[in-house]
Amino acid sequence: MLDLYQAGTSPIHMLRPGWKILSLAIAGSALFAVDHILFSAGLLVTTLVLYHLAGLPLSRAWAQIRPALWVFGLIFVAQIIFNDWLIGLYAVVRLAVLLMLAGLLTLTTKSSDMIDGITEGLGPLRRIGVNPDRVSLAISLTLRFIPVLSHVVQDVREAQRARGLDRNILSLAIPTIVRTIRMAEEVSDAIDARGS
Amino acid sequence: MIDLQNVNLTLGGRPVLRDISLTLTQRRIAIVGSNGSGKSSFARLLNGLHLPTDGQVLVDGLNSRSHGRKIRKNVGFVFQNPDNQIVFPIVEEDVAFGLKHLGLSADEREAKVVDILKRYDLIGLRHQPSHTLSGGQKQLLAISGVLVMDPRYVVFDEPTTLLDLRNKLKVKQAIASLGQTAIVVTHDLDLVADFDRVIVFEDGRVFADDEPNKALRRYLEAMQDA
Ligand SMILES: Nc1ncnc2c1ncn2[C@@H]1O[C@H](COP(=O)(O)OP(=O)(O)O)[C@@H](O)[C@H]1O
Ligand SMILES: [Mg+2]
Repeated sequence: MLDLYQAGTSPIHMLRPGWKILSLAIAGSALFAVDHILFSAGLLVTTLVLYHLAGLPLSRAWAQIRPALWVFGLIFVAQIIFNDWLIGLYAVVRLAVLLMLAGLLTLTTKSSDMIDGITEGLGPLRRIGVNPDRVSLAISLTLRFIPVLSHVVQDVREAQRARGLDRNILSLAIPTIVRTIRMAEEVSDAIDARGS
Repeated sequence: MIDLQNVNLTLGGRPVLRDISLTLTQRRIAIVGSNGSGKSSFARLLNGLHLPTDGQVLVDGLNSRSHGRKIRKNVGFVFQNPDNQIVFPIVEEDVAFGLKHLGLSADEREAKVVDILKRYDLIGLRHQPSHTLSGGQKQLLAISGVLVMDPRYVVFDEPTTLLDLRNKLKVKQAIASLGQTAIVVTHDLDLVADFDRVIVFEDGRVFADDEPNKALRRYLEAMQDA
């Protein structure tokens, strides 16, 4: 969602974000509810076909699971020890399919459309006092400020390292928190200033 | 016209601005002064982010106390640090943010966004994550997000302080080419040489208010004496 969106005109790109999110939720639940290896294998194949339909090379699907490989490794080893390798494989496949499907959603959906989709989906909750616009603004801000915050932490770490303080967790945490609070104040002013 | 009448501003129990009465009509107005002299607080009064403790701020006759929303729409505000005012993860989404509540159709919004992005040479970056832009591009994006709403006045709070020379010049050019009235808080005295008016703040008061040459001379003299 941060840098993932790949502009495109495939049928998957064109699908309403609300449907994509709903489909992901259903597929994800089914993946773990239907306890049959053939079902999981079928979804795996379907997922790869969907990547193809979206005009994405299979390397993009692989990129979705690569960061989690060590988790897969742990699960697999644990299953070999406590069950057997087939169950381990089964667990890993389910997780991999889930990650790839979630990745497909973010690769083919602009975050703004996704957020609009969520806003729409939350519409009925207005009656119980949930303001969907607020929720979606919060999601956007979260996505937007993950890289900014990691930058702040880096900055602070560098400054403290220059003073030989980088091993002290408080000397990192306090300036980071102070700067973040100050930043949050200005961000909220900026949102006010832009009339929302 | 923005009119301040006998304005006092107290923040957190301390007086920050004292007895300010000014009528802002010129197209290019600079606000200069030492750190802590009250420039940012003054700028925030102009679009209703701060309300005066005493006195009035009138924007085209509307009081900032009673017409906050309308005034914020008419008076755009560009902050020093673009990172704090870019609120969406993707460039074009951020520009479109302010348009959401103006009752425009999706096509109209798209046209406005494209138009502004072209004007500031950002159109090639429209699908990029905003955090991958350079400092200067981020400031131009922040300016785009404000200008896309067609404000009548634009207030800038130190828009070039965090930028290198090349990007400073870009932002300077962006300000120069504005059709709107611009009120610019800055330490960059080159930026204000061809402005219509320079107001110098010192310790929460107006210390000088004149054409650039005269106002800046008084400012420099005061700084050297101090
Ligand atoms: N929210 C606040 N609460 C209390 N004091 C503030 C607040 N904002 C600014 N000040 C104080 O008001 C004075 C003027 O600040 P500011 O307007 O930011 O000055 P400048 O922009 O000229 O550097 C400073 O002394 C500052 O500490
Ligand atoms: Mg300031």
